Amino acid sequence: MTQYTAVHGEKVSLLRVLGPGHVWALGVGIVLVGEYMGWNFAVGKGGALAALIACWTAGLLYTCVAMIDSEVTSTVAAAGGQYAQAKHIVGPLMAFNVGLFLVFAYTMLEAANAITLGYLVQTVGSMAGFADTHDKPFIVLTIIFLAWLNYRGVYATLTFNLVITAIAFAAIIVLFAAVRPWTDEVLKPHGLLNGLPYGWLGVLAAMHFGMWYYLGIEGTTQAAEEVRSPARALPLGTMTGIITLLIAATMTWYICVGLMPWEYLGQAVTPLFDAARLTGSTPLMVLLFVGTIFSTLASANGCINDASRAWFSMGRDRYLPQVFGAVHPKYRTPFRAIVFLVPVALIFAYFAPLDQVITFSILSGLLEYTFMAFNVVMFRRMWPLGSIRRGYVHPFHPLPAIVLLLLCATTYFAVFLGYGTQLVAMMVFYIVASVWFAGHRYKFVKRGDQFTMPWPRPIGH
Amino acid sequence: MESLNNFELLEYAAWSLSAALGLWMLFDMIRTNRAYTEKTLLSSKEGEIEDVLVIDPPHQGGHR
Repeated sequence: MTQYTAVHGEKVSLLRVLGPGHVWALGVGIVLVGEYMGWNFAVGKGGALAALIACWTAGLLYTCVAMIDSEVTSTVAAAGGQYAQAKHIVGPLMAFNVGLFLVFAYTMLEAANAITLGYLVQTVGSMAGFADTHDKPFIVLTIIFLAWLNYRGVYATLTFNLVITAIAFAAIIVLFAAVRPWTDEVLKPHGLLNGLPYGWLGVLAAMHFGMWYYLGIEGTTQAAEEVRSPARALPLGTMTGIITLLIAATMTWYICVGLMPWEYLGQAVTPLFDAARLTGSTPLMVLLFVGTIFSTLASANGCINDASRAWFSMGRDRYLPQVFGAVHPKYRTPFRAIVFLVPVALIFAYFAPLDQVITFSILSGLLEYTFMAFNVVMFRRMWPLGSIRRGYVHPFHPLPAIVLLLLCATTYFAVFLGYGTQLVAMMVFYIVASVWFAGHRYKFVKRGDQFTMPWPRPIGH
Repeated sequence: MESLNNFELLEYAAWSLSAALGLWMLFDMIRTNRAYTEKTLLSSKEGEIEDVLVIDPPHQGGHR
C-alpha cells in the first residue's frame, strides 16, 4: 500500500476549484427535493390557494435571505458560511449557536433525504412484486456513498450535484411543457381551486411547509473557501439559485393543483411523480421518477458538504475539538468532519421519525434566518458601504432585513401551531449548548486567531 | 420466492457496498493521520485567498 510522506513546513488548505455553476448546484441541489415532495403538505394545511400564498411569501423570505447572504458572504469568504459571518460580526456565542444550527439543519435534512430514498427504493421493490422489502440498506448506502464522494474531493462531489440537479430541474420544465399549460386540455385549475377552506389561519399554517420550496438555498455560502472567485461566484450562484427555485416552485404548484384535488394533493408522498402518472405518459413517469431520486440524492449530497464545512470551521477555530479542523492533504477536504458526521446522520436516519427530523431541520434553519436579519443590520452599521470591498450590495437596506424578520416571526407561529413541543425542546437544547460553550469550551478558543478578515476597525469599537 | 431472493440480493449488495466504502474511508483516515503530522493536517487558515505553499498544487496525486 502506498504511503504518503509528510513534508516539513508545508500547509494544506481547502481547494479553490469551484465556479458559479457549482455554487448553483449546491444551493438548488439541497432544495429541489422540496419541489418533488414536502411542499404539498401546505395544501393539506390550507388548500391549494393557501399553498400558493405560502409559496410566494416564503419566496419573498428566501429572496431576502439570498440577497443578504450574497452581500455578507461575498465579503466574509470563509468556510462555515453564516458561522464565519456571525463570528466576525456578532460574536463568539452567536457564532457557536449558528454553527450548531447549520450542522443540525443539514445533518437532519440529510437524514430525511436518506429515509425518503430508502422508502422510494422499497416502494419500487414492493410495486415490482417483491415481498418483505427493507429500506434500511438503501438508507445506509445513501449516507455512506455520498460521504465517500465528499471525502474524495469537492470538485467531483459538486459536479455530480450539478448534473443530477440539472436533470431534476429539467424534468419539471419538461412536465410543465407536456401538460400544455396554455390550454385546459390536461390541467383543470379552475375546477380544482377551492378558495381557502380553513381561512387565513390555514394560510398561516401553510407557511410551515411553504418553506420547503426553498429551505437550504443559503447553503451556497459554505463553498466560500472553495470557489475560485468568492466575490463573483457566490452572489451569482446564490441569486440564480433562488430565481431557479422561484420558477420551479410556481411551475410545480401549477402542474399539481391543475391535476389533483387538494384533498389528495395535501397528503401525497410524491406529488410531481403522481402528476406525471396522471398524464398517462410512461416516458414522463420514468423522467419524474428519476427526477425524484436525483433531487433526493442531490439534497443529501449538498447537506453532507455543508454540514462538514460548518463542523470543520468550528473545529479549526477550536469552538469544537481542534481535530475536526484537519484537511486531507491529497483530497483537500475536511475529512475528519465528514467521517464524524456519518454516524450522526445514520443515527437520525435509523431511529428518528421523518416528520420530527424534518421539523428539527426547519426550526434550525429558521433560527439561522432570524440571525441573518440582525446580522446584516450590524454589518452595515459596523462596516458601512465604502469602508470595505463588497462583491455584491443588496438593495433597499434595511427593508429586506425587516421583511425577513417579520416573515420569520410569522413562520415561528406557524410551526408553533403544529409542533410547539419540538420548538420548545429545541430552544432548551440550544440554551444548554450555549451554557456549555460559555462555561467550558470558550476557554480553548484562540481569540485573536479567529478574526481573519483584513478589515478596518469597525465603527463603535 | 425467486423474486424475493433477487431483492434480497440487492439489499445484501447495498449492505456490502456500504461496508466497503465505510471501511475505505476509515482506513484512509487512519493512514492519513499516521502519514502526516498533526501540525500539517491542521495548517489550514481561514481567509487565505492565495493558494500557495500547499501540498499538491494541481490538486492531483499528493506526495507519495
